[in-house]
Amino acid sequence: MSDTRYSEDHEWIRVEGDVATVGITDYAQEQLGDIVFVELPDAGRGLEQGKEAAVIESVKAASEINAPLDGEVTESNGALADEPGLANSDPMGAGWFFKMKIADAGQLDKLMDEAAYKAHVDAQ
Amino acid sequence: MTSEADESAKRTPLYDLHVERGGKMVPFAGHALPVQYPLGIVKEHLHCRRAAGLFDVSHMGQVRLSGAGAAAALETLVPVDLLGLADGRQRYACFTNDAGGILDDLMVSRLGEDLLLVVNAACKEQDIAHLKAGLGPSIPLEVLGDRALLALQGPAAAEVLARFAPQVATQPFMAVQRLTIEGADCLVARSGYTGEDGYEISVPEAAAEALARALLEQAEVEPIGLGARDSLRLEAGLCLYGQDIDSETTPVEGSIAWSISKARRDGGARAGGFPGAETILRQLAEGPERRRVGLRPEGRAPVREGAVLQDEAGKAVGKVTSGGFGPSVGGPVAMGSVASGLAAPGTKLNAVVRGKPLPVEVARLPFIEQRYYRG
Repeated sequence: MSDTRYSEDHEWIRVEGDVATVGITDYAQEQLGDIVFVELPDAGRGLEQGKEAAVIESVKAASEINAPLDGEVTESNGALADEPGLANSDPMGAGWFFKMKIADAGQLDKLMDEAAYKAHVDAQ
Repeated sequence: MTSEADESAKRTPLYDLHVERGGKMVPFAGHALPVQYPLGIVKEHLHCRRAAGLFDVSHMGQVRLSGAGAAAALETLVPVDLLGLADGRQRYACFTNDAGGILDDLMVSRLGEDLLLVVNAACKEQDIAHLKAGLGPSIPLEVLGDRALLALQGPAAAEVLARFAPQVATQPFMAVQRLTIEGADCLVARSGYTGEDGYEISVPEAAAEALARALLEQAEVEPIGLGARDSLRLEAGLCLYGQDIDSETTPVEGSIAWSISKARRDGGARAGGFPGAETILRQLAEGPERRRVGLRPEGRAPVREGAVLQDEAGKAVGKVTSGGFGPSVGGPVAMGSVASGLAAPGTKLNAVVRGKPLPVEVARLPFIEQRYYRG
């Protein structure tokens, strides 16, 4: 069973056991426009909730992707690094950014479920 | 998705058309303009290089100077030969200040005794004041606030516009002519800001939307927003005022010394006689201390405006003035200002991005082959 949560920064977090897969939402990719470069964290890097985890560059500008949770990176998406446009074409699937081992499962409770995230987007 | 621009932003005559076409409206130089349409910046850019793109550049200032003395008077403000500008021709020029820095860059066209100027939107008010002060009351100056400006650019632009006005097919590069298009009194210049063949069409505001719709109905034409306008001009190695050139940069430092006419240089018929002439002519003779160059980042990360450039020893030697992703190049491209000793193509430098030095190489401009009409 997996459970998908969302952050206010328009990231999705898919949880399977103690591992979370992180990417950006369809709303985020649409706002960013054509994505031309991503800088992903290496496996083993410690992440702190709310601190920079990755960099994403669209044609227009550079943006930071903040870690949605505390934890340690277990894998980053090499296919995305090679083809950053995957974050536009399949943001919830092949365009995932990185996987991380969750340090504090309690932080998941503060993330939004799909209905709450939809309301968050509608309020933008 | 459409976001409404700031309410204070002026609307061009094409505002409703932009919104109808799904343009993402943003405030730009006091105007509400589309940064992109649903196609997106990369596809808009590539479409313009492959077929034709229509740009709304109505935010730019259009000014008419009239009377027999206009060319001689304007020569006192720009290092360009305007007495030698033939009827129906256009030249690129810069307003310079007393230190030789650039106050704005502009296009000057001659039609009969009139000179028609197109200036940057952000500099428009300052330019008009500068013109009035510099030209004096004997040169009538009219701000053409009731005209829109459309740019049709790309390899198919000539074929498309010739359907409406066959005369444009053989119009030379940097030539201008008055034409009636779709019943409107237009002024058509064969020039642009993309590196492609194309036209800039000054059209009465009231007729602008109908003309834009007629052009967009042509199968080759897509509307293009500000985002692709910037990436197109960057790949073409063309300067953006306020970034690549500014009041602290002379035309020589900006690598646009080609725009300084022979007649206005040392030994020319009317050498000097423009603001900052001493500095500019000295730099032409001795070379500038720094100059604008093209930069190719070696990696895939875009290197953007403001990034510090370092030599291989880590010493600051300049800065990036424009940078981003070049869709036709398929990678990052940039321009920057560097110490003249480091301006040779192939020179290895580093650009500091997010605290890290990224290798870049000085490159020849433009990054793409310019495809202007050469007859």
